[in-house]
Amino acid sequence: MSLWEKPYFSTLKGPVKMAETATPAETAKSANPEMLRAARRSPASHLASTFESGSVDGTVALKEIPFQTMVGVRVDRASDAGARLASVTGGLPAVCGETIRNERSTTLWLGPDEFLVVAPETAHDSLGGDLVRALVEALGEHPGQVVDLSANRTTFELSGIRARDVLEKGCSLDLHPREFRTGTALATEIGNIPAILFKTGEDRFRIFPRASFADFLGRWLLDGMREFASPEVP
Amino acid sequence: MLLISCPNCGPRDETEFHYGGQAHVAYPENPDALTDREWAEYLFYRDNTKGNFAERWVHSTGCRKWFNMLRDTVTYDIKAVYKMGEPRPDLTSARQDATSPEGASK
Ligand SMILES: [Zn+2]
Repeated sequence: MSLWEKPYFSTLKGPVKMAETATPAETAKSANPEMLRAARRSPASHLASTFESGSVDGTVALKEIPFQTMVGVRVDRASDAGARLASVTGGLPAVCGETIRNERSTTLWLGPDEFLVVAPETAHDSLGGDLVRALVEALGEHPGQVVDLSANRTTFELSGIRARDVLEKGCSLDLHPREFRTGTALATEIGNIPAILFKTGEDRFRIFPRASFADFLGRWLLDGMREFASPEVP
Repeated sequence: MLLISCPNCGPRDETEFHYGGQAHVAYPENPDALTDREWAEYLFYRDNTKGNFAERWVHSTGCRKWFNMLRDTVTYDIKAVYKMGEPRPDLTSARQDATSPEGASK
């Protein structure tokens, strides 16, 4: 069986799904990465200008980072397959909150045997990358899962000196830097919806909501940012 | 709102969890041998304890793992959190833990 016949491709969303119903001529055209990009619409694309006007220079900014490559991995860390997957990702996190980064991706701990590998858009196999293929091959026939989840979640980036204040309106984790350190990612609730919160810098957070929650969470965060656009009341 | 200490993730709001009912209800050895009444009792009949109750919870929006919890149904005090498959903790030792400083019940 060639790699292209492996079942994981049937779980691909977006461009490949589109290709399934397209005519052969269109399929050939959509193999071009630029065409693929142009055909896609991210879950919060309709909020892009609102995010821009709602951001406050030097205080708090919100933007969507669309189409990141995300691969769900379920494997026993202690198994041979776990070790092979770890060699692709630079390791598999051992405890809640831990993330492991190498030159091609960042791997988040979601559970004792569940991980999320996040990489830039171009790491995706449909855009010339090889991340999904490398992970599928690393798992091989062993028990576990490697599933392309790139269309499952979008990414928001909330940054600025007030970013933590905005998050704290809807998230009950202890986000103080002494507890919540840069490089930590936690699956939790923000604004009453499930999301993954990843602290990527001192005043910089990436939030991964599921696509269907992107509109709600985007507007929730904008609402939380509003007060910082007004002059401080003495 | 309860603050529940997930064995994997630490203390989180109750809203991150879902309740799974009474713990330690064993699946019948031989379901075919049961009468309808016995099967119905296995499926639907549960204790209605006043006091310490062993129950299952799942950390739905966190690590998505199940665990057991010993909770006082009167005071809502969480007496112990322990892994699936582990026996219900001995209450007398749990009491000793509760009186030690810094809540050794973690
Ligand atoms: Zn947990």
